[in-house]
Parts: sequence; C-alpha cells; structure tokens
Amino acid sequence: MTDMTTRQAVMAVLVENEAGVLARVIGLFSGRGYNIESLTVAPVDETKNQSRITIVTTGTPMVIEQIKAQLDRLVPIHKVSDLTIEGPHIAREMALIKVAGTGDRRVEALRIADAFRARVVDATTESFIFEMTGSTDKLDAFINLMRPLGLVEVSRTGVAAIARGPRGI
Amino acid sequence: MSATATHDTETLATETLSGAEIVLRALKDQGVDVIFGYPGGAVLPIYDALFQQNAIRHILVRHEQAAVHAAEGYARSTGKVGVVLVTSGPGATNAVTGLVDALMDSIPVVCLTGQVPTHLIGNDAFQEADTTGITRPATKHNYLVRNVADVGRVVHEAFYVARSGRPGPVVIDLPKDILINKGRYNGMPEATHKSYRPATEPDPAAIRRAVAMMKGSKRPIVYAGGGVINAGPEASRLLAELVHLTGFPCTNTLMGLGAFPASDKQFLGMLGMHGTYEANLAMHGCDVMVNIGARFDDRVTGRLTAFSPNSLKIHADIDPSSINKNVRVDCPIIGDATKILRALIAAWKADETKPDTGAIAAWWRQIEQWRARDCLRFRQPTAADAIIKPQYAIQRLYDLASLTGKDTFITTEVGQHQMWAAQYWKFEKPNRWMTSGGLGTMGYGLPAGMGVQIAHPDALVIDIAGEASILMNIQEMSTLAQYRLPVKVFILNNEYMGMVRQWQELLHGGRYSESYSAALPDFVKLAESFHAVGLRATKVGELDDVIGEMLAVDRPVIADICVDQKENCFPMIPSGAAHNEMLLGPDDQAPKGSGGAGVTEEGMVLV
Ligand SMILES: Cc1ncc(C[n+]2csc(CCOP(=O)(O)OP(=O)(O)O)c2C)c(N)n1
Ligand SMILES: [Mg+2]
Repeated sequence: MTDMTTRQAVMAVLVENEAGVLARVIGLFSGRGYNIESLTVAPVDETKNQSRITIVTTGTPMVIEQIKAQLDRLVPIHKVSDLTIEGPHIAREMALIKVAGTGDRRVEALRIADAFRARVVDATTESFIFEMTGSTDKLDAFINLMRPLGLVEVSRTGVAAIARGPRGI
Repeated sequence: MSATATHDTETLATETLSGAEIVLRALKDQGVDVIFGYPGGAVLPIYDALFQQNAIRHILVRHEQAAVHAAEGYARSTGKVGVVLVTSGPGATNAVTGLVDALMDSIPVVCLTGQVPTHLIGNDAFQEADTTGITRPATKHNYLVRNVADVGRVVHEAFYVARSGRPGPVVIDLPKDILINKGRYNGMPEATHKSYRPATEPDPAAIRRAVAMMKGSKRPIVYAGGGVINAGPEASRLLAELVHLTGFPCTNTLMGLGAFPASDKQFLGMLGMHGTYEANLAMHGCDVMVNIGARFDDRVTGRLTAFSPNSLKIHADIDPSSINKNVRVDCPIIGDATKILRALIAAWKADETKPDTGAIAAWWRQIEQWRARDCLRFRQPTAADAIIKPQYAIQRLYDLASLTGKDTFITTEVGQHQMWAAQYWKFEKPNRWMTSGGLGTMGYGLPAGMGVQIAHPDALVIDIAGEASILMNIQEMSTLAQYRLPVKVFILNNEYMGMVRQWQELLHGGRYSESYSAALPDFVKLAESFHAVGLRATKVGELDDVIGEMLAVDRPVIADICVDQKENCFPMIPSGAAHNEMLLGPDDQAPKGSGGAGVTEEGMVLV
C-alpha cells in the first residue's frame, strides 16, 4: 500500500528571474494544499538571470514526488532538486534575535549566546541583538533558551541549502 | 523618418512596426488563420491592425467565454493552437472559465488580453484587472509584456508553450501603450526555450519493462485517454495497431473517445462513472493495465483504495506530474504518445516471449459474459405517440447522420445528455468529439461547435445539448447566423437539470431542490429569432422526421427533442464506490450485486 508516513524535504529550485515566478511557486503550494515550512529566494546568477528558491516542505513520499514534478513543469523553472534524497546536503539559516533584560538574565543570555557562537550585533544597556547562523534545530534551541531570558522578537531568513561535494545542481 | 535612421543598417533590414502589427505578424508566422474575439478599448490597436490586413480572419463572438470554447473546438478538431483576443478587465475575466476548461482538458490555446497602459497598471484604472494574477492558476503559463521589443518573442514563446509537452492555454497580457509603441519584429526565434523543454522520447528501459509485463499478462487491458488524441492522428493509428497486435481489450476515457474505433471488436466502450459494465469490470479485474495518455481521474478510478487492486500498472504520459499522482504505478513511461506507442510496438515484436494466448482467450470469454449483460440496453416503446427516450434519440441521430456520409463532429454541453452521447455515439476517428471533461462546463458545446464548424466548413457539426446548459451560451446563436455556420443544436429537453435531478433521486431522497428547468423559452421561436431553423419532436413518431429535416437544411438549427423526464443515466458508479459496485439500469434483470450499497457516507461528500 502507499506509504502514509510524512517526511521533510528540502527542495532547491533554480528559476528564471522574471516577474511572477515566485507567485507561481507559492500559488502552486497553496492551490494544491502542500505545506511550506520555509521559503527563501534571491538572485544567484546575474548573467544568466537566474534566482534560486529553497523550499522546506513536508509530506508523504508520494506528495513530495508530486511537489517536485509539479514544480518541474512550471515554465520558468530550470531545475528542481530534492536535496534530502539526492545525497548529503548543507542547510543553514540565519536569525536576528532581540533579547531585553538586565542583571542576571542579561549575563545568562550573553553566556548562552557565546556557547552557541551567536554574535552580538547591537547592544544597549538593557538589550542585545544576536546574529546566529546554523541549522534550523540549532536556531530553535537557542531561541527557546532565550525565551525566559527576555526574548522580544526574532527575524529568520528561512533555510538556504546546497548539496555537498563538487557537483552543482 | 530621420536622416540618421536611414544610415542605420539595422533599421533598413527590419522596419519598425507598432506592437499591434507585430502581434499580427507573429500570429501569421505561426500559421494562424482565424482568431475568436471581442473588442474593447484596450485592444483597439489590434482591431485597427486587423482591419488593415487579410491574412487572419476574425470571428466576432457574443461573449468572451464563448471565444475560448470556440478556440478549444477549433484546436481539438484540427490539432492546431486556437487563438483568442479579448479586451482588458471584463473581457479577460469573462474568458477565465474557458481558460480553466482548456487547462483541465489540455487544449492548446493562446489568449491575447488587452491591458491598461503600463503607467496605469496598479492604479485601479478603468477596466483594469490583474489579468496575469487572476489567470496564473487558470493557464499553463502567462505573460505581461512590458516592452514592445518583447512582443514578437513572447507571442512565439506562447505558441511553443501552448502546444509543447502537455498542451494548455497561455495568456499574453498586452498593455495598450505596448500595442501602440513602435518596435522591431525579428521573426521566428531559432533558439530553444531556456527552461521549458519537456521530454518526448521514452526511456528504452521503461519500454522493455512494459513489454515484459504485457507479455506476461493473463488479463490485460489497454486504457487510453485524451493524450492519444493530443499526440495527433498517428498516435490513434498506432494505438489500434498495438491493440490488434497484442489482442488486448481496449477502453477509452471520456476525453479519449475516437482514439480507438468504437466499432472494433476489441473495444469495450468508455470506462468510468458512466462507463460500460465490461470496461469497468475489466479494469477492476485485470492483471496488467496499459494506460496511454490518461490520468487516473477520479471519474475513472472511483474509490481509489478499491481501484483495480490486483494489477501491474503501466502509465505512459507526457506530463511527469501525472505519474503517481492518484494511483501508484509500476512502470512509468514519460514521453509523447506517438513515440511511446511506436516503441511499444517495436519492442513487442522484437521480444521473443510468447504471450499467454490461452489465458488471454479465457479473459476474453469472461469479458464476453460481462458484455452479454448489455448494460446500455434501454426500452423504447414503439407506439408513434410514445415518449422519446433520450438514448433512442441519440441512436437515431447517429444512424441518420451516418447515412449522410458527411464527416461528423459532435460537441456536447454537460449533464446526462453528455454521458448518453458518449455512450451511444460510435466514434471511429480521433478529433471528432469535443466535450468538457475535466471542468464539466455547461455552455461549452455551442461555442465549441462554432469553432469546429469554422475549421471544417463542410462537415456536419452537432451540439448534443441539454435545455439547461444550452442557455448558458445561447447568445452564440447570433454568431452562427452572422457567419452562416450551420451548427445543429440537438437539445435533449427533459425539463430538468437531469444530472442534478439524478443525483438528488439517488443520493438525496428525491428532494429535487432547484433542479427543475422552469420558465423555459420556446426553443423553436428562439431559433427563429436568431435567424435559425427551429424544430420540435414530442413523440417517437416525429423523431426521424425532425432529425431528417435538421440534417437536410444548410443552416443553423435548434431541434427541441422533448424526452422522458425521468430517465437516468446508467451504468453509474456513485462517487466513492468501486468499479464492481456499479448501479445498473432498471431494465437489468440480473442480480444487482451490492447495488445501492455502493453509496457510502464518504462518497456523499464527493462531487
Ligand atoms: C457552469 C456549470 N454550472 C453548474 C454545473 C453543474 N451541473 C452539472 S450537470 C447540470 C445540469 C445540466 O442540465 P441540462 O443541461 O438540462 O442537461 P441534462 O443533465 O438534463 O441532460 C448542472 C447544473 C456545471 N456542470 N457547469
Ligand atoms: Mg435537461
């Protein structure tokens, strides 16, 4: 029978950098009821006029296979790769994390940030902004630790990902 | 022209044209000879350019939805891309239903929409609509042209996208200033598309695996769909060759009718919700299923968990996203149906393995037993004043139309009449059957028939219609009159939205909520007011004369055939039921199996 267990997939999508391409991708996910856990996009090749979208999604193996096939048939899409099944890959995101507090809580926040290799990019006498890059899990763990210490707000980039080894997408 | 310009060699090589002129040049280079459209402020420059040329004919419809359906009819009956021209705002939004219809049924259409000038886009200008936004999920692809220099390239790209891979509708949104500005037209581009290059050559390994499965089968079936029609007539010829070569039974989807000759002994008829008993039971009981260009639509599969539970499934499709979408298959083959069929035939011949002819003969004996059930049987009382059964009306229409010897094209609206047409008309060739399958759009048949008649002026074109559906695009009678298109509208008038009434009878306790066609027009007078011929038959004794007269006149006709209001369309697999839980007609004497038990609570929520 068909496998109903869900898994996470990280898709790398190379697209023609033209108007509406992001709307097409997002419309595909909403129209067909697929999940988007995170989506990032930026131009990666000015001369070829290409952008790269990284999408983190979840679904049954059949749904993930569908998502890849559906993305692949959009006209301005050059290449789709499911990094999760096509060998090992690196996935990272960056977050800016604002924590406000004084006294012991402030000292503790700074100590944990140091252990997590988060950088202080802004400071006042009663707040810090930490910049941190890492896996989604690591960012989640750090943000959870900051919660009781005066977490104010978080801005995350979403996942950027790339396959390990010498070959390109 | 300034003195400096004459020194410019490039300008000498290619003159500058307005955007509107470039559009028409590019259409002409694409071999377009007719477009279906409706004017308005934003597209006036194109209408002005049309006025000043003779290469392209414009057919003025009476509603933009009809323009798209007409283009679909044109495209499906010729294999060419249908072309539509509409204005901005309401022109574009009116076209949306047609675009989705073409998307669902994979029909190649290019639709040019006017747009407010670029500097007004986003300003809620008069007749502005976010056409590319609205049509993004309604098209295979769409474009907003922001520079006159791109017009020619975009038109050519749109045709390429519309016809390549799995065909579909493409919108080109053209702001008015772009149509007026001057630019160069560089002709047909040579370069291949940067990102869209669908694979058409099948993988030889997949072909070998498929043939091994087919050779090993004891209870095979070929299930062919609209993809075979879209691949062109050669694909239909090859399908027949493969079916004859293998000795396998063959069934067609609604969209695939005509891909295999209906009169062939190996044809089991249409499958699916209103398919034949033998086709559906053969699908249920087969051990190897060869799907060519069909997409395991829910009207075909019934309850997925019970769909053909013991078969190995081969699925040939040009669209990789059709593979494993609804049904897990064992041997996907991606490519063009013509190439796949040719490869399958060659590999079948090259493979030394002998098929299990004994088992296949036994399978045929089983199929013949199912066939003997004669599931499409109906009883037409013969007294001259007896009420006409809708099935009988179609049978007589078929018989009498065949006598004319004319190439005959059938379009339909949506409802019971559509299913009866699919069941009782015998399609021998591809491209003769246009129906709204995926979207099920009432109002499709009349404008689609218009498009067919434009493409085939000497052919017999009949829209088999329901009295409710026909009113959805009835204004097109005026277009028929203007262009002297002798389309025949054959209304099976049961004074009900029959298909709705049937579901209400079977699934909602006979509570006929809002499904009665009250206050109908007098269709004979309606025809006459549209300069057409109006005819009516109310009893069996009148039927042949009315059909004969309809076929004899070289003018548009509405034939109002008053049929039995209570008739239901059988066989029927209720939504959510399995193929072997089919409901058969009241005349079926044999035990009904699980019969009404096929209707489940989960099935009720399905459409
Ligand atoms: C535009 C549109 N609206 C509603 C429906 C739902 N629908 C499907 S069949 C049908 C009734 C069609 O009645 P009629 O044209 O008289 O055909 P019959 O079933 O009686 O042959 C309706 C309302 C539809 N398919 N399309
Ligand atoms: Mg009706």
